[in-house]
Amino acid sequence: MLKSPSGVIGLVILLVAISVAVFGPMLFPNSPWRMVQRPFLPPFTLGAVPLGTDALGRDIFAGMIFGARVSLLVGLVSTLAALIVGVPIGAMAGYFGGKVDDALMRFTEFFQTIPSFALAIVLVAILQPSIYSIVASIAVVSWPPVARLVRGEVLSLRTREYVQAAVVTGQSNSWIILREILPNALSPVIVLASLMVATAILLESSLSFLGLGDPNLISWGYMVGAGRTVIRQAWWITVFPGIAILISVLGLNLIGEGLNDALNPRLSREGR
Amino acid sequence: MADGDWDGPTVALRARARAKRFRLVSLEKDYDMPKRVLLGLLLACGLAAPALAQEPKTGGVINAVIQPEPPGLMLAQVQNGPTQMVSGNIFEGLLRYSPKLDPLPELAESWSVSEDAKTYIFKLKKGVTWHDGKPFTAADVLFSIEMLKQTHARARTNLAQVDKVETPDDHTVVFTLKQPFGPFLGIFEVGSMPMVPKHLYAGTDWKTNPYNNAPIGTGPFMFKEWQKGSFIRLVKNPNYHEKGKPHLDEIYWQIIPDAAARSVAYETGKVDVLPGGSVENFDVPRLSKLKDTCVTGAGWEFFSPLAWLWLNNRQGPLADKRVRQAIMYAVDRDFAKDVIWNGLGKVATGPSASTIKFYTDDVKKYPYDPAKAKALLKEAGYKGEKIRLLPLAYGETWQRWGEAVKQNLQDVGMTIETIATDVAGGNQKIAEWDYDIAFTYLYQYGDPALGVGRNYISSNIAKGQMFNNVEGYSNPDIDKLFAEGAVATPDSKRKEIYEKAQKILVEDVPVAWMLELQFPTIMRCKVKNLITTGIGVNDGFKDAWLDK
Repeated sequence: MLKSPSGVIGLVILLVAISVAVFGPMLFPNSPWRMVQRPFLPPFTLGAVPLGTDALGRDIFAGMIFGARVSLLVGLVSTLAALIVGVPIGAMAGYFGGKVDDALMRFTEFFQTIPSFALAIVLVAILQPSIYSIVASIAVVSWPPVARLVRGEVLSLRTREYVQAAVVTGQSNSWIILREILPNALSPVIVLASLMVATAILLESSLSFLGLGDPNLISWGYMVGAGRTVIRQAWWITVFPGIAILISVLGLNLIGEGLNDALNPRLSREGR
Repeated sequence: MADGDWDGPTVALRARARAKRFRLVSLEKDYDMPKRVLLGLLLACGLAAPALAQEPKTGGVINAVIQPEPPGLMLAQVQNGPTQMVSGNIFEGLLRYSPKLDPLPELAESWSVSEDAKTYIFKLKKGVTWHDGKPFTAADVLFSIEMLKQTHARARTNLAQVDKVETPDDHTVVFTLKQPFGPFLGIFEVGSMPMVPKHLYAGTDWKTNPYNNAPIGTGPFMFKEWQKGSFIRLVKNPNYHEKGKPHLDEIYWQIIPDAAARSVAYETGKVDVLPGGSVENFDVPRLSKLKDTCVTGAGWEFFSPLAWLWLNNRQGPLADKRVRQAIMYAVDRDFAKDVIWNGLGKVATGPSASTIKFYTDDVKKYPYDPAKAKALLKEAGYKGEKIRLLPLAYGETWQRWGEAVKQNLQDVGMTIETIATDVAGGNQKIAEWDYDIAFTYLYQYGDPALGVGRNYISSNIAKGQMFNNVEGYSNPDIDKLFAEGAVATPDSKRKEIYEKAQKILVEDVPVAWMLELQFPTIMRCKVKNLITTGIGVNDGFKDAWLDK
């Protein structure tokens, strides 16, 4: 991982973003909703509000710091939730095969046939926008690819000799899945998960952009959405949070790539 | 639209700030100063235009935006905002109203009131013809009233006090009331009581009458064609009863569904008039600064939309008067006006808008005073109980406003949770009393008996309905005052009653009044006299002319 330069860059970006999300609000104890200065103050004019203010005179810099917390939290938690749903379903489908596989995969395809963003919008709209409904809906639309990936891996692993040996020695199914198969199927899942965090951040931003964010929490997508209508008068309201989204998504993608390089045995062997 | 018949400015708004009294010291100089002066000049230009004794020029075509496309133009049956805006030029009422809401003659040339204020005699103008050449007579008035009672909800309510209507001759109409009804002269404007031709509608099925699609009125302009989704075209009525009017040859109402495209249409010169609410309000400053552009907030006096926060008086901390007063002190309404509404509008002093009858500002004042708000909350024993805030889902203006108010209230120590909702969901929550604080705005219709009392009298507490006394305020004194005020005579007596009512209400704060809203009309300066009356946004083109 540390050998690939893009992975290192991604890791640095992620660490910076996480430290901003964790420690930033301690440095800026004021609420990002507070109207602190003249509205529409351009960036780099006042040291107190380095990135300017938005339509209500709120500090864009503070908004970005607090937004990092929401964006990363939503990205990580919803990915975790998607993994918790997707991994067992995929593992069971792949391991048991037959009718169980058919049933679980048709169920998965049911979710895959609906465009994921449309489904997320519908879910958030029905559940009323809040941080919980957003995390839940992102998890609901993100787990099917996980399930399919895990199923594929398990399908190929369950025919390996060491798995069959475990079967012969009379190990229980759950023991075989958890101890023998899943640890070996994990590396592509980890790569996928890092990309899913990026997708989740984008999904949350898109939902907030459309006004379906949690009204009590500031997020980057909300800032872009609220600023888009005045983009002709005040570009900075949308551009800075937009850059934040771009960089953090880029960072996560780089990490995904770096992990892929590091965890894929074929690639790493070629590298040697 | 919170109520009324208009759905225009539900558009998003963002304001270019000209916050005069911005609270924090700005370290740099006020770059907006020249703009403020400029806008002031533009406003002055728009408002002063009617005062200039310039000789109107005849001829010309005006392109105006109508947003959204009206569902129909038969004003007696459809009362949407855009319908009123277009059809106000085709149809007429018996009266118009000045910006001070004094009645002006239109189809009635004079009127008199009996001593006991129960009999109103209208003398109709002679020589008025419908667009098809038939004469307009008292029989048409009688027929219109019968029709409106069935098709026009507000007209039905307005006419509830009428005992009988008689027509002793072709040009006289006599209304006899059950009891004196002070605001009676305020119900005759074209949108509230349009005159429809009896000879085309009597004995037909009103809803399917072919003239609904090509309406015939007495107004200064005649309906010519309607290309759905594209434009509505009105042409001059050559036989209009006011000699020399109208000055314009044609009006094209352009239908442009996208807000940004409407702004561009004005910038590129495709349209000359942007009625209030037809462009995003954050575009208003930019468009106002264009060359040869005039802006006016006039023409809404009769409607006087007033924005406030419903406060649920029934439960929780808001049941305490002191908490409600604290909200009035805590919310920075000047900030809302200057920043969110782009400097348009006026901070409300109480339940009546300053433009309607019997308004008084001799009431308790609630300046922005967070310290006082905190003290009141402490006195009331408020301990951070959670309060739900329901913004109005009418676009970004209202969303931003909700955020600002939330911040104001949190600054004085209140715990506020914003509930995200759509329009229908918000309406339902308010109607079912499932809220603590909720944004709204309502029309006032010129008289406290028509547009104010309905929100405060206890007989109007009805669960499941909107726009009545949903805050649950109940005060027998107020009930009595509004009941007396509607039927008292003469006006000086009504004034006394309503001023008393305003004083009590402002002390009790049943709802937190925010702003008197204004929706600016943007037009080229060459368009003169577009808005001359208190209902000007709807009957504007009668007096308008083009300076070439």
